[in-house]
Amino acid sequence: MKEAFLVLLLLCNFFESSARSLHVGETKPFPTIKSALLSAQNGDTLFIHPGLYKEGNIVINKSVSLIGIDLPVIDGDHKSEVLTIKADYVSVSGLKIQHSSYATLEDPGGIKIRECKHVTIINNQLLDNFFGIYVEFSRNCFIKNNTIIAHSTAEQEIGNGIHAWKSDSLLIIGNKVRGNRDGIYLEFVTNSVIWRNISTNNLRYGLHFMFSHNDSYISNYFRNNGAGVAVMFTHDLVMMNNTFEDNWGDAAYGLLLKEISDCTLVGNRFVKNTSAIFMDGTNRITVEKNLFQANGWGMKIQANCMDNSINQNNFMANTFDISTNGTLTLNNFDGNYWDKYEGYDLDRNGIGDVPFHPLSLYSVIVEGNPPAMLLFRSFMVTLLDRSEKMLPSLTPENFVDNKPRMRPFAL
Amino acid sequence: MIRILKFVIIDILKNKVVIVYTLMLALFSWSAFSLEDNATKGVLTLLNLILLTVPLVSILFSTIYIYNSGEFIELLASHPIKRKKIWNSLFFGLTISLVLAFLLGAGIPIFLFADIGKAVMMLAVGTLITVIFIAIAFFSAIMSRDKAKGIGVSILLWLYFALLFDGLVLFLTFQFSDYPIEKGMVVLAAFSPIDMARILMLLQLDVSAMMGYTGAIFKNFFGTSAGLVISFFILFLWIFIPYRISLSRFKHKNL
Repeated sequence: MKEAFLVLLLLCNFFESSARSLHVGETKPFPTIKSALLSAQNGDTLFIHPGLYKEGNIVINKSVSLIGIDLPVIDGDHKSEVLTIKADYVSVSGLKIQHSSYATLEDPGGIKIRECKHVTIINNQLLDNFFGIYVEFSRNCFIKNNTIIAHSTAEQEIGNGIHAWKSDSLLIIGNKVRGNRDGIYLEFVTNSVIWRNISTNNLRYGLHFMFSHNDSYISNYFRNNGAGVAVMFTHDLVMMNNTFEDNWGDAAYGLLLKEISDCTLVGNRFVKNTSAIFMDGTNRITVEKNLFQANGWGMKIQANCMDNSINQNNFMANTFDISTNGTLTLNNFDGNYWDKYEGYDLDRNGIGDVPFHPLSLYSVIVEGNPPAMLLFRSFMVTLLDRSEKMLPSLTPENFVDNKPRMRPFAL
Repeated sequence: MIRILKFVIIDILKNKVVIVYTLMLALFSWSAFSLEDNATKGVLTLLNLILLTVPLVSILFSTIYIYNSGEFIELLASHPIKRKKIWNSLFFGLTISLVLAFLLGAGIPIFLFADIGKAVMMLAVGTLITVIFIAIAFFSAIMSRDKAKGIGVSILLWLYFALLFDGLVLFLTFQFSDYPIEKGMVVLAAFSPIDMARILMLLQLDVSAMMGYTGAIFKNFFGTSAGLVISFFILFLWIFIPYRISLSRFKHKNL
């Protein structure tokens, strides 16, 4: 027994000594990262000391850790992809990676992860790359606290901040993404969590899902993007506690939902967007406990949306709370708070005694005939809206909240 | 001229209608702000009120006042005073007293409750609307000698600008909905001072909706400083043109 323990101890010792530390830097044993990688073995750690490293495309095909000391700069010189990771259990942290090449066919990135498992990318700065972090055919990768900034003005000249393709179980946490085409783009990515990221000033979407099922994004902040978040052709998505702010413009939405089903949208804040939510072909969505404040349109629900339940939300100071393009309504709007509600509550149970029709006549008119916006809030239109509220004739009659709340929810 | 002006203002103040008007505006404004739970909604309520009542009071009071001053005008005209001076002092007397009434009645609560940008715009727009409708009153009063007819024309003009014009515009947008008429709508807005004032004010309030499809076009025009200058210029034209016409008529009128 004692001998076995001794052997174990020796073994531990052996493994520990086998993981070496390789120091890279001008005055260090290895002048370049590539030379250090050549002599590295699985499990080694490369400490990269401050300096500027222009080494072309650095391919990591061993399970090593790259740790930057005081943010060394790795520069692609606009000629190649910067870091390519092709091995499992690679970890990259504390590097400043910049100036990848631009190519529309190969999609070069600051860091590209190809067919790997358990890759960790932490605390890096990625500046002015075509794609920031590009993940493809990978599993269980962990992307945390990176800053990804690009400064392009045309959509075709710039890639996405974090781009994931056919991957699974990714954790994307606490990244700051700014000025890319899409801040975070996921296509065929499943079982992943996007948590606490800040995505601002991106040309297209702050966060974009395509065919990415069973994911969740929680507590993210989206501001001033072309559209905050776009979710397309996706099912079973959880959207919680995010903030969508200042997404301005004609085609700008806080949240764009297209052909999605069975998703949950809970506890989000939509503030000052042109349209907070745009729903097209959206089925069986639960929209609960969200705040819609100071938006042009709270929700634009196309008539092809079915079986959605919109309950317990606060609609405050929006120009239009709801608009739609048809007469068919197959969604449930009960139990929300609408600041435009003017009913009464005789039995004092907090629920208004008169149903509320959130669809104003004028929003229907403007939907079909946008230039009519000129007359918005004129006496004429107010009169029309009032008479429609009394006797709904043009707006769909079943577009109704039967239990409107008298007081806003504490959200 | 100053003496005539002073006389006109004192005469209007003695009338007490202006004082009631001030109190009414104050009452409306205070209640609008204290009833609504946020200041923006208060401003919106007040905006509707101002765009409806201020033109009505301005145009009716001015028209009636001009007719009632007929003898006074004749008396003045028999003295060696230029007709332009008589008409001007009448106009400025009405303008000063009604604008003062508006600023005192609505201005104080607006400044207290709304934020400064919205308040300034609201007061500027309200003041201009007041003066515009006084000018239109001068125009309709000079058109006929008959008092009933003049007041009738005034009421019709108010009705037209406050209601009928919007109905007409709504009708037109539906008729031409297949065509790109957004830019034409901007031009159309210039033909009604009330619409113009409302859009200027809305750009301060409903920013989000105004960023939508058509809104963007309005915003691109009215939201820029050049657009703002042009809109205010057009509002000034609405004062200048009716008043100039009435003045040149008054100069040659057989009293």
